[in-house]
This record gives sequence, structure tokens and C-alpha cells, in this order.
Amino acid sequence: MSIRIDQLPRDKFIMPGTAACPGCPLLVGLKQVAMALNGKMSLVIPAGCSSVIPGMAPTTSFNVPTLHVPFASSPAVASGLVSAARIRGNNGPVVVWAGDGASSDIGFAALSGAAARNEDLIYILADNEAYMNTGIQASGTTPWMAWTTTSPNGKTEDRKEMALIMLMHKIPYVATASIAYPLDFIAKIRKANQIRGFKFIHLYAPCPPGQKFDDSYTIKMAQLAVETGVWVLWEYNQGKLTISPPSAMYRDKAKRKPLSEYMKLQGRFAKVDADAMKIYEAKIDSYWNTILKLSEIYRNGG
Amino acid sequence: MQETIQKQTRKVLVGDHAVAEAVKLARVQVISAYPITPQTLIVERLAEMVDGKEMDARFIRVESEFAALASVYGAAAGGARAFTATSSHGLFYMYEMLWWAAASRLPLVMAVVTRSLGPPWNIHDEHTDLMAIRDSGWIIGMAQNVQEAFDMTLASYKITEDPRVLLPVAIGLDGFILSHTAEVLETPGQDVIDSWLPPRDPRVPYLIEPGGEPITMGNMVKSDSYHMLLKKMMDDSMSEARKVIQDTFNSYAKLTGRNYGGLVECINCSDANYFVVSMGAWSGDLLKAVNDLRMEGYRVGMLRIRFVRPFPEEEIAAIASSAKGIMVFDRDYSAGFGGVLAGEIMGLVPPTVSFKGVLAGLAGVDVSPSDFKEAIKGFIDETEELGPMRIRKEWLMPRMGGE
Repeated sequence: MSIRIDQLPRDKFIMPGTAACPGCPLLVGLKQVAMALNGKMSLVIPAGCSSVIPGMAPTTSFNVPTLHVPFASSPAVASGLVSAARIRGNNGPVVVWAGDGASSDIGFAALSGAAARNEDLIYILADNEAYMNTGIQASGTTPWMAWTTTSPNGKTEDRKEMALIMLMHKIPYVATASIAYPLDFIAKIRKANQIRGFKFIHLYAPCPPGQKFDDSYTIKMAQLAVETGVWVLWEYNQGKLTISPPSAMYRDKAKRKPLSEYMKLQGRFAKVDADAMKIYEAKIDSYWNTILKLSEIYRNGG
Repeated sequence: MQETIQKQTRKVLVGDHAVAEAVKLARVQVISAYPITPQTLIVERLAEMVDGKEMDARFIRVESEFAALASVYGAAAGGARAFTATSSHGLFYMYEMLWWAAASRLPLVMAVVTRSLGPPWNIHDEHTDLMAIRDSGWIIGMAQNVQEAFDMTLASYKITEDPRVLLPVAIGLDGFILSHTAEVLETPGQDVIDSWLPPRDPRVPYLIEPGGEPITMGNMVKSDSYHMLLKKMMDDSMSEARKVIQDTFNSYAKLTGRNYGGLVECINCSDANYFVVSMGAWSGDLLKAVNDLRMEGYRVGMLRIRFVRPFPEEEIAAIASSAKGIMVFDRDYSAGFGGVLAGEIMGLVPPTVSFKGVLAGLAGVDVSPSDFKEAIKGFIDETEELGPMRIRKEWLMPRMGGE
């Protein structure tokens, strides 16, 4: 399924005048979701930055049907919402747009439950790697050694690999994506929308104030994450796991940019010294090995 | 609509199965629940009905009570008629969602099989769980017997979906005493209920669906006074609900011949000068005591609370204006305060009227008709002898040392 930017819908699904911070990656990602689905979805949004971004009721900048719901509830609310839609003969996509705290921590049980039931949902984890809305506290996906207000000396644990956890729920579709690769992300959403059942897309969405980088670098940071191999774009589609084109060349470690190019631009990694950097690289290699092995295991599809 | 009493089917069902029967007759489209004793028989029966195609509904088998309420909430936002049921710890696990559901103004019905809260673990009856959600914006009713649990569950759909109300309804039934006890009841035919309770209008109050109107529910508000205004509107709807509840049971009575009244049922009240107040299944035992006392010449009436929210203040004020004394029995306990009903009712009772609030039957402890009788007799005799008393909280614990 090839996608051309000039053929994407030009309608404004996200209207101007949002309350997002300058350089907010969530708006970039959400616009891509809406373009992918031509705005014909309904959104379920748990507590987080995206509860604030649409602006103040009685107005909203999200020009699609949207239900804002409590922090831990979105996969369960969406399960009911999609059930009602299907009963009414509406087969359109119900999309959960949730952050890392809602997905990997407080709402994890509900996410696991909805996935285990194989609810007909597209779940997008828009990951800015901490509780940014409440002022940068560490979450389950905050990476090792990252500063947050609740990990002032750097987080002592590794991030939870949410996409791999979801893969083990035996759902039909799991992918990672990045806001810096819209064509890859849009293709994945459209593919997901053709599949019945639970679809999970883990979208990396780096946050300038939360990760402490200049707000003109949002896209650059998301791109560097892929180019240094920190963030691997892959896709599992009904039995077949593949490395996505933007990440394909970085299978070869030599082709990856030095990790420091990604780390040094982010204030949150200020305490990562040369020794820590080596450990970091080993962690990245280990993740790549896991994904490459999985791509051998899930080789044939079906 | 039918205006004459319709043919009904006589059945013998436990309370939980009666609730399931009502859910089926209401043609509920989405059911979600998580098992907890003594609610389990409701969801097991509904799961059987859905699997056996007795009902055209989706049963969402969730991983928690929080998700149960969240998913029926989502179903209601998507235009479906939805139902959940829980009890005790499960109800408390739902707590955040209870408030969100109510303030979203979506029609929903939930059965609450009342049960005490641990520790220690105890599955027996107490009303504290149901009373703890009283500030959340739910309409809260409590049945006295299996027939009423059935009738109230069914009628709740008419109440919650009324455009003047649009608040969720919780119906309580006493754990084990009703949930697991078989009683004879009469159920109306499906065709009768279909004409009385038409399908839900999915656009009332609003519909969130893929590709639909770009409605947003729940984002932050421009001004806090706008949010406060929404609270005031909920209060207005609670006031409207008083009338809607009364009208609903009146029209239901025309079909079934059963009319319990609206927010309260008052028995032996016309000539009474002393009143006892209670709610739930033990009101049957209390009535036995009242009738025994009447045989002895005491002019006692019983006011049974059917709905705690909206609070029946007019009905209580009416008896308070003519009474010599009012005695309230609470099967719930607000720690550091006392019985919730006693506390709420006492404010409506003038100081010239004798008042006593009694805490009893907590944690499933049995209270017999003779226990009630003795307590009431003591209250009346003491009032007659010494004049009005004003006691908000007294623990009634007969026979506690015996085991």
C-alpha cells in the first residue's frame, strides 16, 4: 500500500487554536491518525496531555467525535463504544489515543483485557516517555537513566516494551511507529483499519519540555531515535513480523548514527556518561536482537 | 400503551435471576460485569441468555469492575442500552467511573447486590456499599423483595432514559436475603414491555460514533462556573426524577397491578402517630413488628425508603409534621457519624418530635421481628413517659455474646 503525501486528505481534522505546547509531537501524530482515516473515526482519550490539547469546552479543536474518559478506562470505554457502533451497523474505526502512563501503568489491566478479548479497536500508544501533563514524572516507558521529576538522578529501571507485551496477547496487528515517518505510520494505521480485532500501534512522540530539548527539534529527535537504533520501526501483521523500511538499514549496527547524537540533545540524559553510554548501546543491541529473532520466528504469516 | 392489567407469568426465581430476567425484558444490548459474590448469579444467568441467543446482546467479559462500568459507559455513549451489576468491593473499585458516568449524563442501569466491606472478608448483607455512592450523581433505589428487584430494574430504564432525567440508576437488592432466595414473582410479557419501554433513542443525550457528528464530551471547560452550572443542572434533573419515578411506577402499575408508590412506600400511615423508617429486605421483618404492635394498640406506620437519591425529603417532612416520634433503622454505617439514613432524616424532623436512629444488622447480623418490636416499643414508651428524645445513633446488638 503506497501512500503519497499529495494524495492525503486536506481537510482540517485538528483545528487551529489548540492548547498544545510549541513543538508538541502529539498534535503531529494525531493529525497523521486523522489523515490516515480521513477523519471517519471516533476517539477515546484518557487523562493526559490530549485531554488539554483540544482546548476549552464548550469548544474543541478536535473535529471528530471524541470521548474524554478517566485515566485507566480508555480500552474498556472503547470496548463498549465499539460494541454499540457494531450493533448499530457502524463499522468505522474506534481509536484509542492514549499516552504511556495510561497504557503501560494505570490502564495496563484494561489494555490487556481489551486485547485479550480481541476487541475491534485501533489502540495508539502515543509515547512521550513520561507523565508530561502532570509535570514530567517517570512512567513505565521512561527509559533507563532518563531524568524526570520522580527520577532526579535518572530512572533506575528499563522501559517496559509495550509492543512486545502486546504481541504476546496474540492480537492480529502490532506495530511501532514514529511521528517523523508519517508515511510509514499512516500506512500502518490504514493496514490496521482493514483488520478486524485488536490493533496496537506504539508511536514514539518525543516531547520538547518533558525530554528537555529545543522545541524546534521534535521531528529531528524522533528521526534520530530511528537513525541511532534506539527506536526500531517494525510491524507484526497476522503472523508475520517485519522490520519496517525506515529502520531496515539499521539492522547493520555500523549504519546507525552514534547514540550520543540522540542523547546529547536531550537534557534528560545529561547524567549519561561514557560508561553508561556503553551499557545503553548494549541494551539497544539486545532489543534489536530480540526483534530480529522474532522476525525469524514470525516469518511466514498466517 | 396498554391501560389495563396484562396477563403475567408466575415464576419462582432468586433475586439475582429476577434481575437478569428484567434485563432481558428491557432488551438490553450491551452487558458487562465482573464476578463478585453475591452478584454472580446475575451475570452467569445473563451470560447464559446471551450465549443461548435468548437475548440479542453483547456480553463483554471484562477484567475488573472498573472496566465493567467503563465499558457499559462506552456502550451508552455509543447509543446502546446497557447494564452492569456489582457488589461491595466491586462497587468501590468502580468509584471513579461512577462519577464520570453520572456527570456524562448517559443512561445506564446497574444492580448492586448489597454486601459488607472487608476486612475481614465477609460476603453477607449490609447497605453501606450502596450508600457510599450517594453523592456520585446516580439515582439510587433499593428493593424489598424479589418481585420489586425485578420491577425496579425494568422500570429503571424508563427513568434513566427520560430526557428530563438522563442520570444513571443503581438498584440495590440485599445480598443472599434477596439475591439467593427464591420467591414467587410475576413477570409481564415481552410484547407488553416492548410497548411500554420502546428502544432507546441513541441520540439522547448525544451519540459518539465513528464518522458521526464531531461531538466532544469531557474536555476541560473554559470557565469553572460552567462546570458548576453542570452540577446545578444535575441537581435540577434529580428534582425532575422525583416526578418521573412516580409517573413511571404509576404507568407500570397500570400494566402489572403493582404500585409501590414513588420514592417511598408508606404502610399503615394514615392514622399513625409513630413512624419507623427503613429500606431493603428487612423492611418485611420490620412490618411484622409494626403489625404486632398495632395489635397491641400502638399506632405505628412504616415508611420504606425506595429511593435514597433523589432523597425523599417531601415525603419525610410530611410524616414529620404529624408524628409524635420517628425511629430510623440503618443497615449501613458512616464511620465517625452513624447511620446515613438517620443522619439525613433527622434534619427534617422538628425538635418537638421524638427521634432515634438505630444501627443494626451490619455485616449480615440477623435482626428478628421481635428485636424490631422491642426496640420500637421501648422508643414509644419512653417518649410517652418522658417526652421527645433526640438520639441520632444507637447500636442495636441483641444476642451478640451468644456465639
